[in-house]
Amino acid sequence: MELKAVTRRFDQSMVLDAVDVTIVEGSFTALLGASGCGKSTTLRIMSGLDRPSDGEVLLRGVDVADRTAYERNVAMVFQSYALYPHLTVFQNIALPLTMRHLGALGRFPVVGQLVPGSAEARRLIRSTVETTAESLGLSEVLSRKPNSLSGGQKQRVALGRALVRDPVLFLLDEPLSNLDARLRVRMRAELVALHKRTEKPFVYVTHDQAEAMAMADQIIVMIKGKVAQAGSPRDLYDRPATMEVASFIGANSINFFRPEDGWTGLRAQAPSAVSGVRPEHLAPSSTGQFGAHLETVEFLGSETILGLRTAKGKQLTAIAAGDYAAPTPGTEIKLEVTPNRVHLFDPNSGQRLCAEGA
Amino acid sequence: MTASRALGRLASLALLLLGAFAILLPFIWMLSLSVKPQDEIFSATFQLIPSRLEWQNYVKALTETDVPRYLLNGVIVTAGILFFQILFAVPCAFALTHRTFKGRTALFGLILAALLVPFHVTAIPVFLGFAQIGILNSYWALILPFVPTAFGIFLFRQFLSQIPADLFDAARVDGLSETAIVWRIAFPLAMPAATAFAIFSVTAHWNDLFWPLIATTDPDLATPPRGILFFRDEESGDDVGPLMAAATLITAPLVIAFLLAQRKFTQGLATGGLKG
Amino acid sequence: MRPISPTLRSTLTNAWLAGPATLALLAFIFVPVTIVAVLSLTDYQFGARSFGWVGLDNYGKLFGSTLGRRAITNTLIYAAIVIPVSVGFGLLVAVGLFRMSDWAPRLSNVLRSVYFLPVAATLVAMSVSWQMMLHPSLGVVNQTLIAIGGTPQNWLSDRGLVLYTLAVIGIWQSIGYNMVLFLAGLAAIPADLYDAAEIDGAGGNWSRFWTVTWPLLGPTTLFVLVITATNAFRVFETVATLTKGGPAFASDTLVYALYREGFIYFKAGYASAITMVFFAVLLTLTLIQFRLVERRVHYR
Repeated sequence: MELKAVTRRFDQSMVLDAVDVTIVEGSFTALLGASGCGKSTTLRIMSGLDRPSDGEVLLRGVDVADRTAYERNVAMVFQSYALYPHLTVFQNIALPLTMRHLGALGRFPVVGQLVPGSAEARRLIRSTVETTAESLGLSEVLSRKPNSLSGGQKQRVALGRALVRDPVLFLLDEPLSNLDARLRVRMRAELVALHKRTEKPFVYVTHDQAEAMAMADQIIVMIKGKVAQAGSPRDLYDRPATMEVASFIGANSINFFRPEDGWTGLRAQAPSAVSGVRPEHLAPSSTGQFGAHLETVEFLGSETILGLRTAKGKQLTAIAAGDYAAPTPGTEIKLEVTPNRVHLFDPNSGQRLCAEGA
Repeated sequence: MTASRALGRLASLALLLLGAFAILLPFIWMLSLSVKPQDEIFSATFQLIPSRLEWQNYVKALTETDVPRYLLNGVIVTAGILFFQILFAVPCAFALTHRTFKGRTALFGLILAALLVPFHVTAIPVFLGFAQIGILNSYWALILPFVPTAFGIFLFRQFLSQIPADLFDAARVDGLSETAIVWRIAFPLAMPAATAFAIFSVTAHWNDLFWPLIATTDPDLATPPRGILFFRDEESGDDVGPLMAAATLITAPLVIAFLLAQRKFTQGLATGGLKG
Repeated sequence: MRPISPTLRSTLTNAWLAGPATLALLAFIFVPVTIVAVLSLTDYQFGARSFGWVGLDNYGKLFGSTLGRRAITNTLIYAAIVIPVSVGFGLLVAVGLFRMSDWAPRLSNVLRSVYFLPVAATLVAMSVSWQMMLHPSLGVVNQTLIAIGGTPQNWLSDRGLVLYTLAVIGIWQSIGYNMVLFLAGLAAIPADLYDAAEIDGAGGNWSRFWTVTWPLLGPTTLFVLVITATNAFRVFETVATLTKGGPAFASDTLVYALYREGFIYFKAGYASAITMVFFAVLLTLTLIQFRLVERRVHYR
């Protein structure tokens, strides 16, 4: 699937601005961005539920702008699961197959039983649904209605409905955001396993960078309707293209030093640049390049997060090893920056300045 | 509990019971006459409870008169009206809520405007039109004028607008056509609205006298209220027992349905009050 | 085969979904309203081959003739009785049953159903029963009157009484409906307001009603008044069943006059003018009702 210069306007406002996206066969792509950045619209355009105001949508090299979601044979999993509350789990999963294998008459209750060939189609549907349900651990709940299921089960039903159709592309719109934290981590692993099994491309919309980093092999960061950066999780982490991307990616938000904040860092090369240092690349050390007052200490076991403030009032976050013996708050400690881990950005455009870094 | 409070309760209980009796009296009187032997009906002494039950009144109403025909007509007409109302209203309400098109706001304005028009206002031109195309005195004449239901569209629109769009998008991805989405997804989900509307519609048209009086003169097409007037006007006044049995039979379906599903009925009919 | 363009497909779908209802609305509501407005300016008679323009003569006849005026005043008198009485009783019953649900919930529910019964019942059939109750010699009403020493009356054939008799039936029919609307309004009053009133010293039944219930029921009451008014102005079934507007037009009402002039005497032009006057009254009431619904939605 490929989007070329796709633009989408709603009334006057520009939601997508010349977005280019390429999804490779078999890849797991995360569309990452804050809410309202256009990631869901991008997904809807891929699915065929929405159409671009401008630009091309190609699926396996063919322009599919005129095709509906069904004709494109893409599957979509919604944030709200979008399960049909009046149908059983079996009927929910079977619906796409029913539409495919049974004619309009065959779908009719009662009368449908009499249509030639419908019995065979029904058998096929039943076995497909049962196999899929089995693989998702849903065999026990096939006759229940969605409202009586747990969040995780609903999620699986939604996946099942996508799976049975054997689509060319899976589109997932924040599928895990309605689950609790523990379940979310488990479903993450299940999704990755599912992706391995199907070998189909997945496009996954999320606002959670950890989710994107953990699952995707390609992350597309979208900011204000534009693609800010596309690349592998490592690329994005190591070489963020803009300050916004840099602050979006990474479990702990990055520290930015402006010239007026005092610390010079690598500013020798570019005196007016903003330098970004991730907390994990800033650690206390007796030989540190600069000092700051310790304000807060969060002990997490494997590591300790330090909140600091420089003499000029700049707040910082640094990460020390788990066994770091933190001095009492108020003490000034020396900090050491990991070499080659400083990112330089243009203070006006926010663009990455030069190629140093990992 | 203080004595004055107990007294207050007693007084309000007494008044409410008295009121309820007054409300029930026409029902009791109807039932009582419907099982009274003729000689007791015409005796000048007041007797609420008949001395013996005369079921013959019902037998007569059901076998020797057209009452079964009226009931059947009532079923045909109310079911026909409801069927077409839903057939027209649900897709329109769906388009109004979950599709965007030019003139959507205008169409909704049209529907609100239509809500302002009581049926009586359109009776003369509709009668003229039906006379022109020659379908007066047919079931169609009784059904067609009520098919466009601004109230129904309005009700379904309110309900469908609360259903998340994701559900319909999911159905589109699953390969359902828009028509299939309307009938396989939107309509089953809108069942609560449909039930309320059905109760309102069936009650209104089962009980309607105005239009059947105008549109049909053929007794074979009479709906229950029209029919009972035929019955009453034919009898010269000595068949009171069967007449009241007929009145009971005609009132019974809705009253029984109401007693079985009181909450839904009250809701449905109270919702109907929104209609002008 | 190339599929048709999505835009065209979408337009066709919209037309297919919304078109039938729209056309039906136009054909059965908007076109007829226009026609009736035009007809009201003519002397058209059903079945006639031609008609002449008479300007506002039909309206002049309605407001100028004794018969026309009688239909209007009868309707107004009927409404003037039915509206306050049925709204008042509806409120009383609702408050009574609402209180009762605290100490006798079962009985309260049963009584509630009883009061609502006339709303669901077929009014024409019930009118036939009323006719028997009001029968001059055999009816329960006169028999009871005689038993307690009163004078029997010709409820439905006495010119001075008939309109009031119909009004009583109208009240009988609409109390339950108003009660249900009031009960909904009562249920929406937060219970802590009553507690607050009690603390402020307004704990008695009477003062509770005037300090809390009545002010908070204000919007509901307005709404009920308007709905009852629209229903009162439409009175037709009881008239058609019991009196046919008689005796001597003493119980003639707007809708019955519209029916009689239009569909018995086939004076389509004149009946259209009656229709338009009826429409004007109802339109005003319905617009007020819409406003009230809107306000209720906004302020809740």
